[in-house]
Amino acid sequence: MSVLPIRRQTMVEGDIDLSKLERRLREPRTLINAALNWLVAGLTVLAMVPLFSVIFMLLWRGGQRLGIALFTELPPGAGMVGGGIGNALLGTVIMVGIATLLSVPVGILGGIYLAEFGPNTKTASVVRFAAKVLTGLPSVIAGVFVYALVVTTMGTFSALAGGVALSILMLPTIILTAEDAIRMVPHRMREAAIGMGCTQTQAILKVILPTARPGILTGVMLAVARAAGETAPLLFTALFSDYWIRRLHEPSASLAVIIYDFSGQPYPNLIEIAWAASLVLVLIVLGLNIAAQFYLRKSFTK
Amino acid sequence: MSATLAEHTEPAPLSISRPPTNAEIVWDRFFRGACFCFAWLTILLVVLIIWEIGKHAFPAMQAQGLEFITGDKWDAGNNKFGILPEILGTLYSSLLGVGIATVLGVAVAIVLTQDFVPPILEVFLKNVIELLAAIPSVVYGLWGIFVVIPAIRPAANWLHEHLGEIPLFGTRLSGPGMLPAALVLAIMVLPTITAISRDSIAAVPPKIREAAYGLGATKWETILAVILPTSSRGIFGSVILGFGRALGETMALAMLVGNASNISWSLFAPGNTLAALLANKFPEASRVEIDALMYAALVLLTITLAVNVLGTWIIMRTAVDTKGGR
Amino acid sequence: MDTHDHAPTPATIKPAAPAPVPANGAHANGNGNGHSIVEVKLKALYYGSFKAVRDTDLAIKRNAITAFIGPSGCGKSTVLRSINRMNDLVRGFRFDGHIHFRGRDIYDTKIDPVAVRRHIGMVFQQPNPFAMSIYRNVTFGLRLNGYKGNIQDKVEQALRGSALWDEVKEKLHQSGLALSGGQQQRLCIARAIATEPEVLLMDEPCSALDPVATRKIEELMLELKKRFTIITVTHNLQQAKRVADMTGFLYVDTTQGARTGYLVEYGPTEGIFNDPKEKHTKDYIQGAFS
Ligand SMILES: Nc1ncnc2c1ncn2[C@@H]1O[C@H](COP(=O)(O)OP(=O)(O)OP(=O)(O)O)[C@@H](O)[C@H]1O
Ligand SMILES: [Mg+2]
Repeated sequence: MSVLPIRRQTMVEGDIDLSKLERRLREPRTLINAALNWLVAGLTVLAMVPLFSVIFMLLWRGGQRLGIALFTELPPGAGMVGGGIGNALLGTVIMVGIATLLSVPVGILGGIYLAEFGPNTKTASVVRFAAKVLTGLPSVIAGVFVYALVVTTMGTFSALAGGVALSILMLPTIILTAEDAIRMVPHRMREAAIGMGCTQTQAILKVILPTARPGILTGVMLAVARAAGETAPLLFTALFSDYWIRRLHEPSASLAVIIYDFSGQPYPNLIEIAWAASLVLVLIVLGLNIAAQFYLRKSFTK
Repeated sequence: MSATLAEHTEPAPLSISRPPTNAEIVWDRFFRGACFCFAWLTILLVVLIIWEIGKHAFPAMQAQGLEFITGDKWDAGNNKFGILPEILGTLYSSLLGVGIATVLGVAVAIVLTQDFVPPILEVFLKNVIELLAAIPSVVYGLWGIFVVIPAIRPAANWLHEHLGEIPLFGTRLSGPGMLPAALVLAIMVLPTITAISRDSIAAVPPKIREAAYGLGATKWETILAVILPTSSRGIFGSVILGFGRALGETMALAMLVGNASNISWSLFAPGNTLAALLANKFPEASRVEIDALMYAALVLLTITLAVNVLGTWIIMRTAVDTKGGR
Repeated sequence: MDTHDHAPTPATIKPAAPAPVPANGAHANGNGNGHSIVEVKLKALYYGSFKAVRDTDLAIKRNAITAFIGPSGCGKSTVLRSINRMNDLVRGFRFDGHIHFRGRDIYDTKIDPVAVRRHIGMVFQQPNPFAMSIYRNVTFGLRLNGYKGNIQDKVEQALRGSALWDEVKEKLHQSGLALSGGQQQRLCIARAIATEPEVLLMDEPCSALDPVATRKIEELMLELKKRFTIITVTHNLQQAKRVADMTGFLYVDTTQGARTGYLVEYGPTEGIFNDPKEKHTKDYIQGAFS
């Protein structure tokens, strides 16, 4: 007697047709699923192609010229053979250096203000808004601005003007990452320092900044990396020069501008130099990026 | 003044505590002041940028008026300047680039968040996309000239020959042109769009996803019907921000777009953008031409500012929404 | 809630006392006399528009341990943190009343809170060593105060004082964050006592620790009271009984919708636990021990 209900139950289950639970390729649902899987897979692969293509081209076309001469010689003239990018590399280093000297103090102290002194004030929200605006500022506009402000006043294109233009592009990154890094410092460390009788400045300089240093430095490195690759702000501030830079108030070559100038030239030698300069530039920029990531990770695991 | 506490109380025999010295207090004041000033400097910088460019653009605004915006010739010889082709070219190239980048970026964001690939591949993929952002635009320009243009030329010209009546394919691709510029632009904004889309997709609460699976939806039904709609505002914000970046991108366009004051629907025709116009004309411009370029810079600045503020606002509102929803 | 009965009455009032004595100076207002070193006369304390604590008057005995007990949210931490003006960090904080430290009102507008905190040290609920070496953590206050003497000796003295020396003497230059929770808390105590502040505020110093570490800190407190005046907050009534000489009971009747805490009863620990005068105190202590 008691067997019957159980049997009836299994029969009900049988009515669902359990075979439908198996995967079947014909079912439109499954088909659409598979098609979409392939679509995103294809798109993802497509998205990765450019990076590898760029890296391959840099190594292949730029790698040929890698050598001492590349770094020590001046750019060749039209139709000449040999030559290097020595002055451009030096110019980039100097101008990025100027930009760093200008933007790091402003950025870090500004970040301190945002995170510590007036996090909720009107001033702070306006400053944050201004920094966001600067983040989205087209880099060529920074060049136009510095042209109007510095180049016309000094009466000459100069490495100095180039550095100022780059610093405008570095500032927002530094200020915003510094603020974030300082905010990440646990509140109880701040309390401990204040509780010991630190003035706010002492708490910041002795306790909070050292703790936030990895984050801040990462931001600085990323900003430097970005500045090193910028071209548009230099085109009409630092201009270009075929010679070694001797004074800060004269035009200077840079890696980015040499790539731009030589890319449109009909001479294979100059094109080769452009590729080699690109390789050097990308190595610098990627190196800084990877160093920043590495540094941040190391300090977190410590 | 801080000495008062010590003055009025008898010295404690053991304590080595002392009130802050005057130097410490002065330094504290000075440091606060310095931070405040430097914070203000950021605001001042933005104001100064707008002011300087506006001031230099003013003569041209008076001389050219609104015809500057509607004119389609850049004739430095006759001091007649118009930037309509540049404005349209800027919008066209940015729309194309962002369109391509959105398709790619959302696809990658889905792959990165919806358990399509093992975690290690996710990390790899994420790093590849992030590295794209690190490569300087001038290098992309060089790559575009020597890789992208030759690569797409046969297909482009085939399209022109067979489908030439469609305006999009109305001209041959002889070298630089709108399409190569837009393709490279797409690569450059891809990291922005991917990163922000990924964040907003990842912010969809797991319970919503589980609810869809629990109802028997397939993975793709869940993604298309639940996850993408829920995160659509964030994705839209990322697209707007990507658009803002594309509008101001300079070097890749200056090298790839062709620098021709030319209005055309054709993907293969050379064109120009505002940023590329500045980069190409500025170094050798005359006085009057520089005024006109400042005017063009002001137009570019206005457009990008508006788009960026809009994008930031959308993303901020999304953040508030998802926070409130939890 | 009146403190008259329980607060020790000062034997003498120093004539040189510059502190403004309230008109109703009937209760304890000793100016750094032999007994009380801190006197709290709190009328009202606000966070923004929220009145967190009212009417809390008490005098803290020198070289003794005073404990604040009471239900959560009654304002124990708030009162404690007012004593070295930590609450100044909170936006909207307002203090109506006086706190005299050795006869001087630390809420006088002329007083620099930074100077106050150098004399009144604090140990927090969560151990919060700085992200630097153990050695640098302990010397931090010394360097801050421009200490000129032998730093090495001071470090050893402070670490011995906090019963940590034997455990860390081999690794003074490792990060303070690498220690266990209990060790971190003792490091924080060492950091606080290195500069020999006169008063040590401890806000639930054991709440993040296991019983063994708790016992260690309690022993330490009994040792430290020979040199310092300690004011502590605790949720552990046994602990208050074990270590405190004086106990203050703060209360807020949330069941009645009130949110403002106040001091109900203050006196020698024995009295509070064995013979509470106020009904709220009795209920609270009975509730905890039943
Ligand atoms: N920074 C602050 N801002 C606003 N209100 C606060 C702040 N700190 C504390 N309060 C409020 O003041 C009241 C007393 O808080 P307090 O932290 O002093 O309580 P407590 O007695 O220490 O409680 P617990 O035993 O849980 O630590 C509470 O209602 C609390 O919400
Ligand atoms: Mg508390």
